[in-house]
Amino acid sequence: MESMMGLINLEHEHDFLNELTYFRCGAAVPFAGRYRLIDFTLSNMVRSDVQDIAIFTRNKYRSLMDHLGTGADWELDRRHGGLFILPPDWNDPTDISKGDLSHFHNNRDYFNRGKSNYVIISGSQYLSNADYKDAFDYHLERGADVTLITTRVKELGPEHEPCQRIVQDDQGWVSDITNELNNTNVYTGVYIISKSLLMELVDECIAHHKDHFFLHGIKDNLERLNIQTFEHTGYSAFINSVESFYRNNMNLLNPENYKELFYQNSFIKTKISNEPPTKYNDISEVKDSLLANGCEINGEVENSILFRGVKVKPGAKVINSVIMQRCTIEEGVHLENVILDKDVTVTEGQTFIGSHEKPFVVAKRKVMS
Amino acid sequence: MGKKECVGMLLAGGEGKRLGLLTKDLAKPAVHFGGKYRIIDFTLSNCANSGIHTVGVLTQYSPLELNKHIGIGKPWDLDRQEDGVSILSPYTAKKGGSWYSGTADAIYQNIHFIDRYDPEYILVISGDHIYQMNYQKLLKHHKEQEADATISVIEVPWDEASRFGILNTTDDLRIYEFDEKPAKPKNNLASMGIYIFNWKALKSYLLEDAKNPTSSHDFGKDIIPAMVADDRRLFAYQFEGYWKDVGTVQSYWEANMDLLELDEMVSLSNREWRTYSHDSNYPPQYINGNTNITNSYINSGCWIRGTVERSILFENVEVDSKSTIRQSILHPRVKIGENSVIERAIIKEDTVVPPNSYICTPEGEEPFVIDNENVGVVTVK
Repeated sequence: MESMMGLINLEHEHDFLNELTYFRCGAAVPFAGRYRLIDFTLSNMVRSDVQDIAIFTRNKYRSLMDHLGTGADWELDRRHGGLFILPPDWNDPTDISKGDLSHFHNNRDYFNRGKSNYVIISGSQYLSNADYKDAFDYHLERGADVTLITTRVKELGPEHEPCQRIVQDDQGWVSDITNELNNTNVYTGVYIISKSLLMELVDECIAHHKDHFFLHGIKDNLERLNIQTFEHTGYSAFINSVESFYRNNMNLLNPENYKELFYQNSFIKTKISNEPPTKYNDISEVKDSLLANGCEINGEVENSILFRGVKVKPGAKVINSVIMQRCTIEEGVHLENVILDKDVTVTEGQTFIGSHEKPFVVAKRKVMS
Repeated sequence: MGKKECVGMLLAGGEGKRLGLLTKDLAKPAVHFGGKYRIIDFTLSNCANSGIHTVGVLTQYSPLELNKHIGIGKPWDLDRQEDGVSILSPYTAKKGGSWYSGTADAIYQNIHFIDRYDPEYILVISGDHIYQMNYQKLLKHHKEQEADATISVIEVPWDEASRFGILNTTDDLRIYEFDEKPAKPKNNLASMGIYIFNWKALKSYLLEDAKNPTSSHDFGKDIIPAMVADDRRLFAYQFEGYWKDVGTVQSYWEANMDLLELDEMVSLSNREWRTYSHDSNYPPQYINGNTNITNSYINSGCWIRGTVERSILFENVEVDSKSTIRQSILHPRVKIGENSVIERAIIKEDTVVPPNSYICTPEGEEPFVIDNENVGVVTVK
């Protein structure tokens, strides 16, 4: 039976998230109360029976590595295969490769040693709860060279602007990959390709001094490759700016979206922690919110997402906000349209109000006094 | 196998008859507790936090869930190469074998396990108590007194003393008498069922006791009295803090409720003394608009649309709109239909309570334990 290896390529993902990506790459940004962006991609791959997963990462990967550890929490701590985090450590003096092609060139062993004949490649900014087994079956059945996972976006927003759009015929064969802003057939950044074709195209790109595998290896070869599409339906999100990060967190407060993202297929896996259940005290008032474990609530929380271990002291109000791990909101504080990164303390009596379009973002470990 | 100073032996085989429905197919130490934990997590966490890394867990009654829960001991960092946690179930060997017939017999049958580590001391504890205790302090006390055995004790209310093993001591806490559940207690220092023994001394008593056909092979009834009779050096170690034997439905319910109140005494949020357990991949809990939640513990994956007061909700519990949960414990995956009232009840895992249900234990009675089989009997509105 054919199977797929996984590759999460972070090389071309920019750190769009301002304060949230000062100290970490986009893939490691916390999301939805207890996850990091990369959890969605990883969980989808694991769910699709992908047992070897490599991550190409170049910058600010400390917190990513800390989060992933041995991969045990995704059941990727395998004797054979499992998780390979591949930061740059390149010592080949003959290496002339550039861009993400240097990752491919310097990590040929990963592909050569893997037993699978196919590779599924993804970034980390597209979030969904998907099982790619159907897409893989379809790829084989159609005899495609490459299968791109697409999604139909109902309402195009600013976060879709950088995404590529797909023009396809009625058989699903791709005739063009464009940046046409009004096309709702959006490429998710996930694709399936055979290992042999991948390595062939990598060599070709390197020989021609190219620096972007998807653009130069796939898109520029549109004419000679048979590229198929497979549409992912169901709730999904693209996170590539502070605004899209905030809006998509807030979208999860709609129970329909929340159920679709988290209760389809199996659960999204993330780093396991040891927080107690969340404690609601005598004067807590919580409405329309998502709360992770380990919180202690004494104040008011409305329309907000609280990560693990957040403390809300008496008389504090948290509205329309995303509060990350272990933040402390002291007495009488009023927060509205705010994103607090991890370990932020807001001292007594302060008020911070952002706008719905531009939330007020506070970087990690700050004490707001 | 390297020598270990102290080996922990955790008695987890109890059937827990007085917990009724709660232990129908489940060993008492595996009963859910505190919104996320199982009773045994407290003792296992005490071992891990106290640096007791060699722990034998003696299982017997319905062990499936307990064994699955303990696994290789990962949540407690007891998944270690040389020592760590070992599950010790009754077994047969060439000369036959038998079920554990008492606490002392359970240790006797595992002498070879303990001898592998050649320990100076062994710590005997049970998996059905809720408390947070540093066993190193107990061990230090034991060494300072040059004792043969040290028993951890706690002051209990005088009117409850006759439920416990009562220790009569001299002023320096040397034990001269041990009364198991005395009708007229002379003292209110109760044994917590936590012992440290010098392994050599204990082993000789275990071998002796095993030969005695009239013995019930129990620490409280046989081994301790025999050591007292021989004038061995037995000392009490007074524990100050929260300790509860969750042997009955009432005490199980009380201990859960205590968790909501006594944050200083036994605390789930104490970062210096963590209570470890398995974590799951349930997403964060969802709290709807028309809710009112006070003084409660709520775990991941819960969907709350109703009112929750002074209650403990395990993972993936759903409370539908216009329902009220008061002073209750809802085990994993319980669904409460709309317009229901649950008061002073314990709802077992996977129970579906239909809409318009009314489950209220009258004041002064032992809380109802509800599962899918009896949910129909008690719900009327």
